[in-house]
Amino acid sequence: MKKNKMINLKINNQSVSVPEGSTILQAAQKLNIHIPTLCNHDDLCVAGNCRVCVVEQKGARVLVAACAQPVVEGMEILTNSLKVRNARKHVVELLLSEHRADCTKCYRNQNCELQTLANEYSFGDHIFLDLVGRHEQMIDYASCAIIKDDSKCIRCQRCVRTCSELQKVSAIAVSGKGADMKISTFHDRPISHVVCTNCGQCVNRCPTGALTEKNYIDYVWDAIYDTEKHVVVQTAPAVRVALGEDLGYDPGERVTGKMVTALKQLGFDSVLDTDFSADLTIMEEGTELLTRLKKVLVDKDKDTALPMTTSCSPGWIKFIEHKYPKMLPNVSTCKSPQQMFGELAKTYYAEKKGLNPENIVSVSIMPCTAKKFEANRPEMRDSGYKDVDYVLTTREFAIMIKQAGIDFRTLESSHYDSLMGDSSGAAVIFGATGGVMEAAIRTAYEIVTGKPVPFDNLNITPVRGMEGVKEASLKIEGCKKEWKFLEGVELKTAIAHGLTNANKVMDAVSKGKATYHFIEIMACPGGCIGGGGQPIPTNIDIRQKRIDAIYEEDMSLPIRKSHENPEIIQLYNDFLEKPNSHKAHELLHTHYVERVKY
Amino acid sequence: MYQTNNLVKDLVKKYGRRRDSLMPILQGIVEKHNFLTDDAMVEVATELDISAAEVYGTASFYSFLDTEPRGKYVIRVCKTITCSMKGKHEIIEALEDMLKIKVGETTSNGMFTLLETNCMGWCHKAPAMLINDTPYTELTRGKIIKVIKEYMEK
Amino acid sequence: MMKTKKISKVDLIFEHIDPREILIKVHGMSSEEIIEEILESGLKGRGGAGFPTGMKWKFCSEEKEKTKYIVCNADEGEPGTFKDREILDRVAYKVYAGMAIAGKAVGAKTGIIYLRGEYKFLLPQLRMELDSFHKLLKETGYDFEIDFRLGSGAYICGEESALFESIEGKRGEPRNKPPYPTTAGLFGKPTTINNVETLVNSVIIMKYGSDRYKQMGTRYSTGAKVFSVSGDTPIPGIYELELGMSLFEFVKEFGDGDTKTVQVGGAAGFCVPRKLFANTVIGFEGVPTGGSMKLFNSSRSMYNVLHNYLEFFTEESCGQCTPCRVGCQQLLKGIESVKKGESQSTYLNELIKLADTMKIASKCGLGQSVGNAFKSIVENFREEIIY
Repeated sequence: MKKNKMINLKINNQSVSVPEGSTILQAAQKLNIHIPTLCNHDDLCVAGNCRVCVVEQKGARVLVAACAQPVVEGMEILTNSLKVRNARKHVVELLLSEHRADCTKCYRNQNCELQTLANEYSFGDHIFLDLVGRHEQMIDYASCAIIKDDSKCIRCQRCVRTCSELQKVSAIAVSGKGADMKISTFHDRPISHVVCTNCGQCVNRCPTGALTEKNYIDYVWDAIYDTEKHVVVQTAPAVRVALGEDLGYDPGERVTGKMVTALKQLGFDSVLDTDFSADLTIMEEGTELLTRLKKVLVDKDKDTALPMTTSCSPGWIKFIEHKYPKMLPNVSTCKSPQQMFGELAKTYYAEKKGLNPENIVSVSIMPCTAKKFEANRPEMRDSGYKDVDYVLTTREFAIMIKQAGIDFRTLESSHYDSLMGDSSGAAVIFGATGGVMEAAIRTAYEIVTGKPVPFDNLNITPVRGMEGVKEASLKIEGCKKEWKFLEGVELKTAIAHGLTNANKVMDAVSKGKATYHFIEIMACPGGCIGGGGQPIPTNIDIRQKRIDAIYEEDMSLPIRKSHENPEIIQLYNDFLEKPNSHKAHELLHTHYVERVKY
Repeated sequence: MYQTNNLVKDLVKKYGRRRDSLMPILQGIVEKHNFLTDDAMVEVATELDISAAEVYGTASFYSFLDTEPRGKYVIRVCKTITCSMKGKHEIIEALEDMLKIKVGETTSNGMFTLLETNCMGWCHKAPAMLINDTPYTELTRGKIIKVIKEYMEK
Repeated sequence: MMKTKKISKVDLIFEHIDPREILIKVHGMSSEEIIEEILESGLKGRGGAGFPTGMKWKFCSEEKEKTKYIVCNADEGEPGTFKDREILDRVAYKVYAGMAIAGKAVGAKTGIIYLRGEYKFLLPQLRMELDSFHKLLKETGYDFEIDFRLGSGAYICGEESALFESIEGKRGEPRNKPPYPTTAGLFGKPTTINNVETLVNSVIIMKYGSDRYKQMGTRYSTGAKVFSVSGDTPIPGIYELELGMSLFEFVKEFGDGDTKTVQVGGAAGFCVPRKLFANTVIGFEGVPTGGSMKLFNSSRSMYNVLHNYLEFFTEESCGQCTPCRVGCQQLLKGIESVKKGESQSTYLNELIKLADTMKIASKCGLGQSVGNAFKSIVENFREEIIY
């Protein structure tokens, strides 16, 4: 068989030729013929189970699923014949009959794929009987991050494929059969009690409102309107390159300045930046790495674990707690930027501003659903209070902007407030896979050698890109006196995004098949820009555009190295003394716990 | 609660750690203990390096891989058309009378569970039932009493 | 009137033969010769779908992969079918021989018998017989080994790709096709999957030759078939009959004098009312069947029959595709609702349309065949459904 052999076929009497192995759906896309789909998702393997995309193949006894059926030479396809329309209408009606369609109250109202199909295929009275009753009472509210509502589930299994293919977690799987078939955790335990990492990738891919984040919008409004409270808000790096999508912009638009203005208009008392604490993370984590290297290379300390992995991604943390508990000593003890910020908001910030930390409400806006869980971890109260009170996703934030009647497009740009509003380009790139690694190297290399990293414009391109697992090494040369032990050392790094890739790396490391010094892991595909709290839909093109925007943002900033952030320098001078100081350890570092296997 | 430690390990030794070892392992557990406890499923998942939800999801697909507690003797009465036509209801009644349980329940001494099942391939000798793996056919109330008594005395 | 044959009982499936003789004979044949003989015989799959067996073997033999599998589908679950149990109970060695022959034809060294969990009680005896058969295979120069895998109570695993999934340790959910089993079946390898009875038929063909085999049955339905006869009949049981008889002849032989209708092919088959008996041929040119023949007399309510079938499908659908998972529930709730007077009788028309959609839009044969029973019962016994 020749490679790239072209197959000729006709769809709705239009000729098209596509490479062998293409599906009818792909061939139709080439002709700009729209075939509706539901279980199909660009990021996932083909399922062919919803049957919304059935089309007529001339000469065939039955209709075929366009998403699953490979093209054959001479094939003639009709995508809109009467037979197709009737079947498709039936399929949509059947799905609606098992779906609790309280659309006006639904979190996914107007961004629901089933609703869109219903608008096209099912008007007026429903043909079939309502089957929802049997699934009522099946809403799992127990988690602080993810709500699973089986009464809205249409069993397309996108979530199941996401959880297994992209994340290798399989906290949810298909259970039962026939009418009892549904999506279950292990023996239907609450989602908060199983291996779910709260990454929210299933939420991003659920076509309906069956999987959503738990929303805290009203709690935040209450805090804002409580005059006693001083409400600070922090925004994660990845939010500024995706928020626009929920407000009518194309993917990849940077809306940082408008976003800050919007937050001020919403009534937050101080609009600050997680990027500030991302810079801080680099200082702490970079120092931790160098210390570990010294302990291993010089002191030959057997108790110090290498490679060290990053700890910014709470989905990744929960993953390793469940799956590789023996490797927890390898995880950096640094809290994530969100939590470092929360910690400082109720200590350093309160002190500087003369505020009673009890009256500070700390809100974070994150591209992430796992951050909701992280903020609720009992360890995250080193300030003496809950360090971060409420975590909102990018999506919830967009809803607040709409609720407030803000015309986002016409907003002027404005700057973050201070304290804890300054940041560097190194912090912004935390939002993209490879970003933490790049930021860490920019700083660590300079600490060790006194020189900037040997890359054009500080852009460490080998750690960038969408490859699932990236490896890069950097020879350290010209070390300063105190770092002489690193002279000539080849610093070996790996970067993984998506937990399936993380699993590959950790599997190799745990079996001794890979020797790295430092590993960056992000739970979500593409890193935080592809986080579970980001605007829906997602696919690789959208994620790439967000990443491009992240690097543009980096290039646009005057300071691009964490250790040059003036507010960071001031923080160490005034409060923390130096990286990894006793105080820093008390406030900014944490520990992890082994968790259940189911 | 039964001890599965050695059982699961033995089954894994016998059938291997591949995904296709899963069914024989689960079947082996059920053969010994009549149902799959959560602990057993988690242990199998760990041994095979698959998720526990997938083990549960797979088990729950198969009617004979029970994930709810079952008695020592699981009685499955065929409810498909021929058995239904030929007196399945009387058979169920007779069993319910004798065992003092309803369909879906287990006797308090943990000896019997009464269930219904789909066609088990004895339509010409309906009504039929399985007790664990053993089929009983051309059932009558009298025959039921005799068979169940034998099991009670075992 | 269609041309039909009279009832003609034969005794080939259960006839005892010397498997050594057949194995030696086939050992001397090339793969092409074996396949040619099977193709020539016109043998079609006996599990119900009726795909030409020789074609399956041919496609599989043409695959270049080194590892190939012969799978024997012994997951007989169609309501009203019990012939495979009887075959395995009485002449398992002929099943094994059929697998070895298929293995020789397609170039496979491994055979797997997927035995439904309900027949687990047969396993000790089958394994014993298999041990001696393995010896025979060695002696006759075959490099072929057979093993058993058990089902655990799931009708859908009789669907070939669901069966593979089940062997692979997964939920028995049918796959998208293509690829077909002969290209990528069990463990992604080229696989020939045949029903128990089909495999025995291949042995019969090898013994008597395709010419003699073709003399039985009709042009499109060659050979004989084992029928599982149950329901309202004085003589329920297993009968081996030539294909091509009319249902009228069949009912004359097996009916109780009051036969109202016959469900041919099980719950997934067709309900044929008395008025059509004479015009209905049992065979691939008429109403095909995996062997299930269920007779109902005038005392039976067809509502109850249909309700029982729909309950069966609602439970036994794998649940992955919409038309089957939700469609079965809708048909079941639908007839209940009409019966109770909660929906108008015209709602049955909507349900018939839905059944039509299920026939063409479901992912696998299960969902596609639910409509058969539904439509044939509702169209022929509409009054019984409504009142």
